[in-house]
Amino acid sequence: MEKRATFSNRYLPYALLAPQILVTLIFFYWPAAQAIRQSFMLEDAFGLSSDFVWFENYVALFKDPSYYQTLWTTFVFSGSVAFLSLSVALLLAVMADAEIRGATAYRTFLIWPYAVAPAVAGVLWIFMLDPSLGMVARGLKSLGLDWNPRLNGTHALTQVVLASAWKQISYNFLFFLAGLQAIPRSVIEAAAIDGARAWRRFWTITLPLLSPTTFFLLVVNIVYAFFDTFGTIDTMTQGGPAKATETLVYKVYSDGRLGGDLGGSAAQSVILMIIVIGLTAVQFRFVERRVTY
Amino acid sequence: MRLTRIAAFAAALGYAGTASAQTEIQWWHAMTGGNNEVVVKLAQEFNASQTDYKVVPSYKGSYPDAMNAGIAAFRAGNAPHILQVFEVGTATMMSARGAVKPVYQLMAEAGEAFDPKAYLPAITGYYSTAKGEMLSFPFNSSSMVMWINKDALKKAGLNADQPPKTWPEVFEAAKKLKAAGHATCGFSNAWATWAHIEQFSAWHNLPLSTKANGLDGFDTVLQFNGPTQVKHLENLVELQKQKVYDYSGRTNSGEGRFTSGECPIFLTSSGFYGNVKGNAKFDWAAVPMPYYPEVQGAPQNSIIGGASLWVMGGKSAAEYKGIAKFFAFLSNTDRQAKLHQESGYLPITRAAYEKVKASGFYEKNPSFQTALIELTGKEPTENSRGLRLGNMVQLRDMWSEELEAALAGQKTPKAALDAAVTRGNALLRQFERTAGR
Repeated sequence: MEKRATFSNRYLPYALLAPQILVTLIFFYWPAAQAIRQSFMLEDAFGLSSDFVWFENYVALFKDPSYYQTLWTTFVFSGSVAFLSLSVALLLAVMADAEIRGATAYRTFLIWPYAVAPAVAGVLWIFMLDPSLGMVARGLKSLGLDWNPRLNGTHALTQVVLASAWKQISYNFLFFLAGLQAIPRSVIEAAAIDGARAWRRFWTITLPLLSPTTFFLLVVNIVYAFFDTFGTIDTMTQGGPAKATETLVYKVYSDGRLGGDLGGSAAQSVILMIIVIGLTAVQFRFVERRVTY
Repeated sequence: MRLTRIAAFAAALGYAGTASAQTEIQWWHAMTGGNNEVVVKLAQEFNASQTDYKVVPSYKGSYPDAMNAGIAAFRAGNAPHILQVFEVGTATMMSARGAVKPVYQLMAEAGEAFDPKAYLPAITGYYSTAKGEMLSFPFNSSSMVMWINKDALKKAGLNADQPPKTWPEVFEAAKKLKAAGHATCGFSNAWATWAHIEQFSAWHNLPLSTKANGLDGFDTVLQFNGPTQVKHLENLVELQKQKVYDYSGRTNSGEGRFTSGECPIFLTSSGFYGNVKGNAKFDWAAVPMPYYPEVQGAPQNSIIGGASLWVMGGKSAAEYKGIAKFFAFLSNTDRQAKLHQESGYLPITRAAYEKVKASGFYEKNPSFQTALIELTGKEPTENSRGLRLGNMVQLRDMWSEELEAALAGQKTPKAALDAAVTRGNALLRQFERTAGR
């Protein structure tokens, strides 16, 4: 049976909701509406002249082959970040879930990197990977690898993927650990009695039972890689070399803020908005179906 | 309620305390470190020199940040009086009629003594109309020079007092330097497109784009994909493979490779001076940019970089009067001469340059004069007066992308420069549509 709160006054519920609705309208819907409006305009940076150009900004975008390259880069980047941060976090969580001395201390240490701002994470990794300054870069060079993210797109992308994934590992770790601890010991013990070895127990019991967590994290990580890695990319590569690390969000920034092309940048934001709506919809439908297993 | 009344009272007291009806002039800038101190000091000196006006400098972040802050403030109806804008933002600023007040108009209206001929044309030309009317006030100007590590040159068996003058000589020297232990980098540069496209074209008297590189109109068309530029890029690509040349990025983030001793020959801004002086643990010098001797008329003259001060529109006459006084204050010969020697910025007036020359300062510090010699060596031509292209920030990014693609071997140099021109022209046409009216 559905629960229903009842109010004696008809208007009271609306009044109680009003502050939240107001905040949402002012800080979310109003800017979003502005972006949509702007995406149909061609305007100079100062806003002295503006023309309504219908879908011209969108047409220009979809005609531009480099936009598809950026789209592809974004998918490769997000996929790699999500895969790397999820798999490393899962590994660490499984380890930390074991009965070891000082487990709490380990856990705490593993959570720390989450507090590091993306831009700072970028700088930290530059210190390791810069071809002139970085210790890791020197190591790679002494191994005979010509590590050169200034010109080599693959190296540059690897660099931003590493930095972005590293930052997200803690968050994933936390959720995986909670998920692991929620798995009833009895199930695992029963399997052990039936003769399943650790590896098999992990694949056939732990992983399936973790799947709601994994799926939730997958969506969160992809959204993170899409939208929150801007600072990392900006400090490490500025989207270069030759667009190799330019993601959709970085392009919005470089076209709109650095380039002053507000219309084109707004059109890109609207497309991003549609992507997020899609991702969220998928998450809700899927998670809601899978949440009871 | 009571709190606000107290606050208002306190504010009134505060105002009364400072001075009677001082006009405040907001100056937004993007200078950090030692340069920030210069800005603050200039404002203090000006404020101490008179009582009617008070210049208030505020740091607004990097060049693009400061410019965007100014634009956003203008859109919100609360622009600063003076906004420092880097040279690549010039076209955007000057196309914003009504948003900015041209300096020549400001000086005329305020009745401040102002002789445009007193300024070095190589510097003010960049910020003036085709008719020579000064639009913005040059503040920190620099040009591109070649920094050399004299110790490294000596070690490689080269004559450090006769540094390479031409590109072929630079290539040869770099090969020797690489053989002598600079395995990762014989020579390099910061500001990739400024070095290899913009300065390169001016220095060889080649057009970057039609209509005097855009100075004569926004309907300019890029044309830097000529044979000389293609040949130069081919040379760089070839040398990149052997690491005789090694790319150091789009901005100046790679400059540390010179001061650390990794790259013994490095092209970057003359404004790099303070950094080199502070950090380089070897004997160094700044010499003119190299050129190709087979190109007729090369070397021509270089173009400037740096930033200028734009006066924003819609302010009161009293405020404009104060800004005009401040600019006159900045133009003062002694002040310019001192500023130049302390900060490394180029002097903007002829008188200041002559004064420093006469003082014998350049004999002791020849590296200081290199950029000035490059800028003033020859009467500027259509191709070397400067450049004024809309969406310049994006253009530079596009060109960098193409240079990077060529250097990484993904495209031939010719194809890369052709693409840089084609993509750039599309952007210029878009700018023309928004700015043409």
